[in-house]
Amino acid sequence: MSDEQHIFPEELTWERTDSSRIPFMVYTDEELHKKELERLFYRDHWNYVGLEAEIPNAGDFKRTVVGERSVIMVRDDDGSINVIENVCAHRGMRFCRARHGNRPDFICPYHQWSYSRKGDLQGVPFRRGVKRDGKVQGGMPKDFKPADHNLTKLKVATRGGVVFASFDHDVESLEDYIGPKILAYFDRIFDGRELTILGYNRQRIPGNWKLMQENIKDPYHPGLLHTWFVTFGLWRADNKSEMKIDDHGRHAAMISTRGAAGKAGEVTDVSSFKDGMTLHDPRLVDIVPEDWWGGPTAVMTTIFPNVILQQQVNSVSTRHIQPRGNGEFDFVWTHFGFADDSEEMTRRRLRQANLFGPAGFVSADDGEVIEFSQEGFDSNPSHRTLVELGGREVGDTDHMVTETLIRGMYRYWRKVMEA
Amino acid sequence: MEFQDYYELTQLYTEYALAIDSGNWDDWPEFFIDECIYRLQPRENYERGFPLATLAFESKAMLKDRVYGVRETLFHDPYYQRHVVSAPAVRKWQKDRIESEANYAVFRTKLSEPSIVYNVGRYIDVVVRTSEGLKFASRECIYDTEMIPNSIIYPI
Ligand SMILES: [Fe+2]
Repeated sequence: MSDEQHIFPEELTWERTDSSRIPFMVYTDEELHKKELERLFYRDHWNYVGLEAEIPNAGDFKRTVVGERSVIMVRDDDGSINVIENVCAHRGMRFCRARHGNRPDFICPYHQWSYSRKGDLQGVPFRRGVKRDGKVQGGMPKDFKPADHNLTKLKVATRGGVVFASFDHDVESLEDYIGPKILAYFDRIFDGRELTILGYNRQRIPGNWKLMQENIKDPYHPGLLHTWFVTFGLWRADNKSEMKIDDHGRHAAMISTRGAAGKAGEVTDVSSFKDGMTLHDPRLVDIVPEDWWGGPTAVMTTIFPNVILQQQVNSVSTRHIQPRGNGEFDFVWTHFGFADDSEEMTRRRLRQANLFGPAGFVSADDGEVIEFSQEGFDSNPSHRTLVELGGREVGDTDHMVTETLIRGMYRYWRKVMEA
Repeated sequence: MEFQDYYELTQLYTEYALAIDSGNWDDWPEFFIDECIYRLQPRENYERGFPLATLAFESKAMLKDRVYGVRETLFHDPYYQRHVVSAPAVRKWQKDRIESEANYAVFRTKLSEPSIVYNVGRYIDVVVRTSEGLKFASRECIYDTEMIPNSIIYPI
């Protein structure tokens, strides 16, 4: 080892000018993580915060997260949605402790400062002081204006029942942000139909948040890691598939159509393929095609930086990435259906949910491999990962034997972080 | 309820816990009748009336599929688990059918790591008498530990 090489480098260095070799340090460095929060979450970007169906009535709220900042998504009297930061303008307290509920207003219990559903400061106890013996004692200074002390308000955009927010009021429109190519896949699920919430799953994964984006930009692994996908032909290398990426490289869609189950050449010549595996209860993969699919049986969409839109056969969910420092994130799954689903279809969606989430037949492995990747990174941040499958460039493909989507995300990452 | 019935019920609870902590996964479905319910559900969904469960099985056959998944198809870090289960409270009792519930805590110990509190919650059960003794017709595990420490592989 030369003198210049360190296991714990101080500077981030890329082995190549492209994004095909990713330094471990992008997952391990606390300072880079803070820079990511600033540049990829709080500025210039839209963040997923929830579904409109979670807060149907005026005053309904959900406490959620943008980056690492606690925010409240609340339904206003006129039906619109506001997103306000959960930090009192007075002493900075995260005042809202409930995870959901319905309230006429928000009150910080510390000193009873109260805020409207828009986040406007409404009441400050003893603002004009307290009268005693004909004298006014204390109170806020004469020039104190409540309007200068509202909660931080986020810019809000909704589309098809999905709510996004941004701390950056100069951010481009949500539609421009997502871009026409990926917007088509967004609209495929969220086409204006009324959504019904089926429930939540939550897991805390000890790995860098980007690894979850990468997991769903990686069509290489499902047919190798996930026995169910390869054995039942749900997602594997011989499926008809397309990888699509937006112009920036930040968002993507993995589109696949279920092919044959069973044995097929090198695709099933992997240890995870279980020839002859049959289910004791086939209802676990009781798949019924739906008109709105328009062909593909699975479309996994990554909207940068913090949400994954899942359609895997009849199971649909949003997966919300909530970073907690560079080495950990919370992953919140919101499974939903559509208001016009039959009872059978609802049951089917719930049954297929067994494949996903923190205990899922398929998805439980993903959290595990992310944890172990982070362990590898932490022990030697001077090294780098290799994402050269399918070449070193970035672009759409008509197959899944590629890591182009991950390269796209890091091409974008480099552009923003190195600016 | 006769003392003998309550004794058999506590035996069922204890044997279940010992079995799923033993690593002999094939024993697990045998605690259930063929047409059974097994659900592992966050308390939030349960209390808010959301139907989604983290795992939801509707037959002993599905439990066998889970066993196959645990053993053959789910890649995961190996770990031990240890259940501590309270004495069951009997809510309803008929001749061959008992509705009961109990608190539980599960500790997880990964190899060479300290033991952590992994999943705590409440069992809500329907137990029926069969020719082979008491079995679960339904076992719902409603857990407080909504933020799952990465993953749950083995049965609770
Ligand atoms: Fe995966």
